[in-house]
Amino acid sequence: MKKYTYTEKKDTRSGFGDGLTELGRENPNVVALCADLTGSLKMNQFEKENPERFFQVGIAEANMIGIAAGMTIGGKIPFTGTFANFSTGRVYDQIRQAVAYSGKNVKICASHAGLTLGEDGATHQILEDIGLMKMLPGMTVINPCDYNQTKQATKAIANHVGPVYLRFGRPAVPVFMNEEFVIGKAIVLNEGTDVSIFATGHLVWEAIQACEILEQKGISAEIINIHTIKPLDDEAILKSANKTKCIVTAEEHMINGGLGDSIAQLISRNSPMPIEYVGVDDTFGESGTPAQLMEKYNLNAEAIVAAVEKVIKRK
Amino acid sequence: MPSIIELEKISSQVRRDIVRMVHAVNSGHPGGSLGCTDYLVALYFEVMHHTPTPFDMDGKNQDIFFLSNGHISPLFYSVLARSGYFDVKELSTFRKLNTRLQGHPTTHEGLEGIRIASGSLGQGLSNAIGTALTKKLNNDKSIVFSLHGDGELQEGQIWEAAMYAAHNKVDNIIACVDANGQQIDGSTDEVMSLGNLKAKWQAFGWDVLEMNGNKMQEIITTLKEAKAHLGKQKPVIIIMKTEMGQGVDFMMGSHKWHGVAPNDEQLATALGQLEETLGDY
Repeated sequence: MKKYTYTEKKDTRSGFGDGLTELGRENPNVVALCADLTGSLKMNQFEKENPERFFQVGIAEANMIGIAAGMTIGGKIPFTGTFANFSTGRVYDQIRQAVAYSGKNVKICASHAGLTLGEDGATHQILEDIGLMKMLPGMTVINPCDYNQTKQATKAIANHVGPVYLRFGRPAVPVFMNEEFVIGKAIVLNEGTDVSIFATGHLVWEAIQACEILEQKGISAEIINIHTIKPLDDEAILKSANKTKCIVTAEEHMINGGLGDSIAQLISRNSPMPIEYVGVDDTFGESGTPAQLMEKYNLNAEAIVAAVEKVIKRK
Repeated sequence: MPSIIELEKISSQVRRDIVRMVHAVNSGHPGGSLGCTDYLVALYFEVMHHTPTPFDMDGKNQDIFFLSNGHISPLFYSVLARSGYFDVKELSTFRKLNTRLQGHPTTHEGLEGIRIASGSLGQGLSNAIGTALTKKLNNDKSIVFSLHGDGELQEGQIWEAAMYAAHNKVDNIIACVDANGQQIDGSTDEVMSLGNLKAKWQAFGWDVLEMNGNKMQEIITTLKEAKAHLGKQKPVIIIMKTEMGQGVDFMMGSHKWHGVAPNDEQLATALGQLEETLGDY
């Protein structure tokens, strides 16, 4: 496969922060709101450069979403920032009524998604957010995989008219993506013939690692980065699946309601074939380091390799 | 500029619209709609600077109104239609399949005059504050108005928004609470007492005015006074006493007509008490 390497690790939330800073310089209509987590969301530089366009709302996420929706009336493009849990579960009804149903141009930017939030434990580790957001009609759902892709995605969503959920994370992870980001356009990282691995977010790097292990075992894996879970790139997914005839999905999210679910629906309607899922299986997370948690909950290259071996046998 | 008598005549017609709309589909919320009629007529026909057509979602340099207690949609639709946002004939489609006049107001069907969905309570003050902030960023001197039910104040988000507006000196907004003392399960005192509303809002840092929301002259005077209070580093709110079901004697003074439609006989009685001034839709 094409060798993906990295020289540094960076957190995806910094990609968001840096993207937002650039947007602040380029687009006077971009405004940012934060619920008492400015440092965690890396929004400090935007705030420093644009104090009049930065809105600290305190620990009041429902009000933040409501204000953001109201700010679109008059042409502003609000980016809200808080942890993924407080960006979705806590404010579902506000997003549903004032943003999604009302078709407002709000960008819900969510950090510390998934298990890799780490030591704070399950109260903060939301694993249902992709499901919650993708069920809303008209909502675009994006889960980029590294610093570069998160920065590109942050900038891209400012030019997309309509509500967007942008999900990213806390830990420093390899920076390896240089491919152009286009909303809704899957990225083929490696062409293969035996299995299609569709991965999103932090699991994309794990899929690349898995691909190298599989290569040594004589298995040719196609690796595709699905950064946009909604709208799904049906064409790219079906093209790959129809070639390899079996699928593994990988995500730092509950299997119920996640990327794998979306792909299964597409496949069952068009071209039924075996699918295995790497994701969290109907359980809450817990405290631990990100690496410990990803290992304990089977969200790593080894788990992807095991899933591939299983799914190929089912062909 | 319409006289008080002319405004009262509009109110009478709007009240007819409300009971007819609700009766036609045997659903909807007449009580609060009738109670807030005079306020909304005063806003749209006298106080607000607005351009009904062509409808501009962004409402730049226009005063903007947010209905937070979306269940009084019959009133909102009637006032919008009567003030020129859309054809009054469309009022006959209220709550029917494929209508733009959904049970609760929404932008989803493209109805002119609606800028955000409401119905799930407690959200409209946040929305109004957001638009008020955008107006400040745009150096737009027009005003944002919002209306809330008193029962709705039991939602926590209202107080998040109240705190925000005071802390950030959002002084281009005039909110209004429909203090009719009633909610679905009974009086607000029985269900979840709101205490001293004036003191509560003052404690939250708002400039508080009070008025009788069923006396047209008093509404106009108070709204003009409220406008004079803007730009003074404080958000403004009016505690508006109304009678639920105002204008229809058998609907007044009870929570029972919150979400119940009149039958044929009751409709005839109600219409007998409300003069047809502008022609029924």
